[in-house]
Amino acid sequence: MENAIAISGLDKSFGRTKALDGLDLQVPTGEVHGFLGPNGAGKSTTVRVLLGLLHADSGDVRLLGGDPWKDAASLHRRLAYVPGDVNLWPNLSGGEVIDLLGRLRGGLDEKRRADLVERFDLDPKKKGRTYSKGNRQKVAIVAALASRVDLLILDEPTSGLDPLMEATFQYAIQEEREQGRTVLLSSHILAEVEALCDKVSIIRNGHTVESGTLAELRHLTRTSITAELAGPPNGLAKLENIHDLKVDGNRVRFDVETRSLDEALRQLTQVGVRSLVSQPPTLEELFLRHYTTEASAK
Amino acid sequence: MTATLERPAEVAPAHELAGTWHLARLALRRDRVILPIWIVLLSIVPASTVKTFTQFYPTDADRLGLQAGANANPSYALLYGPPFDLTTAGGFIAWRLCGFTALLIGLMVVFTVTRHTRAEEDSGRAELLASAVVGRYAALTAGVLVAGGASVLIGLIQVGSMIGAGLPAAGSLAFGASIALAGLVFTAVGAVAVQLAEYSRTANGIGTAVVGAAFLLRGAGDSTVDARWLSWLSPIGWVQQIRAFAVERWWVLLLPVALTLVIGAVAYWLLPRRDVGVGILPPRPGPARAAPGLRSPLALAWRLHRGPLLGWTIGTAVVGAVFGSIASGIGGLVGSSPQAQQIMERLGGAHSLTQAFLATMAGMFAMVASLYGIQAVLRMRGEETAIRLEPVLATSVGKLRWAAGHLVFGFFGTALLLLSGGLFLGLANGLRTHDVGGSVGDTLSGMLVQLPATWVVIALAVTIFGLLPAYSAAAWGVGGLALVLSLLGPIVNLPQGALDVSPFQHPPKIPGHDFVATPLIWLLVVTIVALGAGLLGWRRRDVG
Repeated sequence: MENAIAISGLDKSFGRTKALDGLDLQVPTGEVHGFLGPNGAGKSTTVRVLLGLLHADSGDVRLLGGDPWKDAASLHRRLAYVPGDVNLWPNLSGGEVIDLLGRLRGGLDEKRRADLVERFDLDPKKKGRTYSKGNRQKVAIVAALASRVDLLILDEPTSGLDPLMEATFQYAIQEEREQGRTVLLSSHILAEVEALCDKVSIIRNGHTVESGTLAELRHLTRTSITAELAGPPNGLAKLENIHDLKVDGNRVRFDVETRSLDEALRQLTQVGVRSLVSQPPTLEELFLRHYTTEASAK
Repeated sequence: MTATLERPAEVAPAHELAGTWHLARLALRRDRVILPIWIVLLSIVPASTVKTFTQFYPTDADRLGLQAGANANPSYALLYGPPFDLTTAGGFIAWRLCGFTALLIGLMVVFTVTRHTRAEEDSGRAELLASAVVGRYAALTAGVLVAGGASVLIGLIQVGSMIGAGLPAAGSLAFGASIALAGLVFTAVGAVAVQLAEYSRTANGIGTAVVGAAFLLRGAGDSTVDARWLSWLSPIGWVQQIRAFAVERWWVLLLPVALTLVIGAVAYWLLPRRDVGVGILPPRPGPARAAPGLRSPLALAWRLHRGPLLGWTIGTAVVGAVFGSIASGIGGLVGSSPQAQQIMERLGGAHSLTQAFLATMAGMFAMVASLYGIQAVLRMRGEETAIRLEPVLATSVGKLRWAAGHLVFGFFGTALLLLSGGLFLGLANGLRTHDVGGSVGDTLSGMLVQLPATWVVIALAVTIFGLLPAYSAAAWGVGGLALVLSLLGPIVNLPQGALDVSPFQHPPKIPGHDFVATPLIWLLVVTIVALGAGLLGWRRRDVG
């Protein structure tokens, strides 16, 4: 089986609101795939279609080789899900919820369960309502990670975790990756995405605007250059794909699109370079660009 | 330094009730559909009954006959209360409607108070508001104002419309005032319930239990000879004891006023003694591991339903025992006038009266049990909207298997309630008449023939859940309609065709009548169709 998740041309409307509009998503088996997009882009709707909770209007959706709507119950033996909003039953303890969800899925890895409860510093005796948001999320995370499944679907799983628990979570996902599990990780925490994901897909307004490795995505963006030259720069301003150029005597600062980087450097070395600082685009910049400019492009 | 110290003084001092007005307006806005429905329903029925009375009982002779009949049959007293004066339209209305109107207004205010206090805390929305300039007592006061205000409005409209329909002003005033005051008493009860309970569901349970107990207490008092004082323990009994249109006893109005103040004070005394989002009784820790049996949707449903089911089972058992113990004495209540004795003989004598009483009880149990069933079925929608369903359906549990877990409690839980009510009704009656076997047999079969009728109502709730999930609360409307049709329909002179809409019209009245299977089969057919349509809709529709 090539792809754990294969979606093409997925549409889903709620009344007159079009939540998904020709969405594509491919997640090969064994990959940790980041699923990104601004609020309301359709991430959770996609996840809920994958879980068979929503019926797709049109498009092709394959999950672990099956149809997520028709084969929901049997496919769910092989996946685990952590929702972004975790709500627990007020009269069940966290430990009971972990066991119940694990058993309903077809079994828990006892060793891993004990280990995760310990590492996430979770008190399993508390009842649903008395947990904080972060602790409710930990219950769902432990329940999902302690099950022996092929695919993890995580919808903003760490939005309520503290930085220490965030690190614990990242470590646990690394372990899952080493076990060869496929992970679909919807997240707004870019450091988390950068640390964990092999590939990312960015969606906006219900369709995919970008998909690839982080390196590939970076390639599409700009690098910041600050340089001190032997003399005043010339010719830089005439180059295409140079932005925010600032010249202050022999000092120069500009952003350059990756495809013109070579040419820009050639211009600098012609004058003579005394010092050079080059900064790759940060993830924040990368996403801000996709989240905002793609909207105006649309 | 001085400047920083003085700064807080510039902020307007927030008092304990700050924001009450805004919260009350928010509550009114949220209730803009449900509250007007309650108000219209409860306030216009009395005045619109005047015509029925004059049509049905045009002459004095008719009215005296009615009075004698009511005196002769204690089942009436159980349902409606003591018939003080049935020779006038006002007296008839007071007799037939006081109790039910007080019961319904009690449910209205309990639900309203909970919805705007405890339920808001459960959802976390109250925290959002508490962080704004909102006083400690604001939310409770807003809920009390809305519920109490609706009660007073209902009373006022009743007074106005009854005078408008030509009834005496004094009696109309007594009727409206006693109903409004009953609303205020139960508003205060609701205000205490939301302090005690850990969750809104529990608060609603406590509140409705008190309202139901008040109704049953007066029912027991009104239909016995030796324990009439029971009626005086019930706020619903007071509504009747004011004797609207039958030489009013105005001082009785002081009782609900005093009780409202006392219970209300308790609520406000309790409020600062608990934290937001927690009841007076703190939650206890649970087990670190699940019991081995907690491994199926049915086991999960059992955990969610067992508390309410246990409470309801005990409740029906107690109520059954109370009414069973008075059933055999019912003949003694019949007036000694020759006319009353004659009617009693025509009805089949004291034994027949007891049987009719037991059959009436079975019908009432069925209607109340169907409310449990609706509640159990709507739990599915509750799980869905509280997003607790998603993680379960993300496991290998299919939608139908999950629904089956809850439906077991909806359908068979109701059967259990009828069995427990019937068992204790028959047992208590049998111990008095020294015929336990026969009596229990009678009451159990009387209850069980009602089961298909309750199932129709419950199955319709499933239909709504499956096909129109956003309107799931309408299931209460279906249950309420069946109840109102059966209880009030005959009073307001609805045609038989309209009455027959209620499934509770159809089962044979046992004991006292012969068993007939045909209506039961039809009720079962309707149940299966409604259940099937609901489940089909549920399987096909989106979750959430």
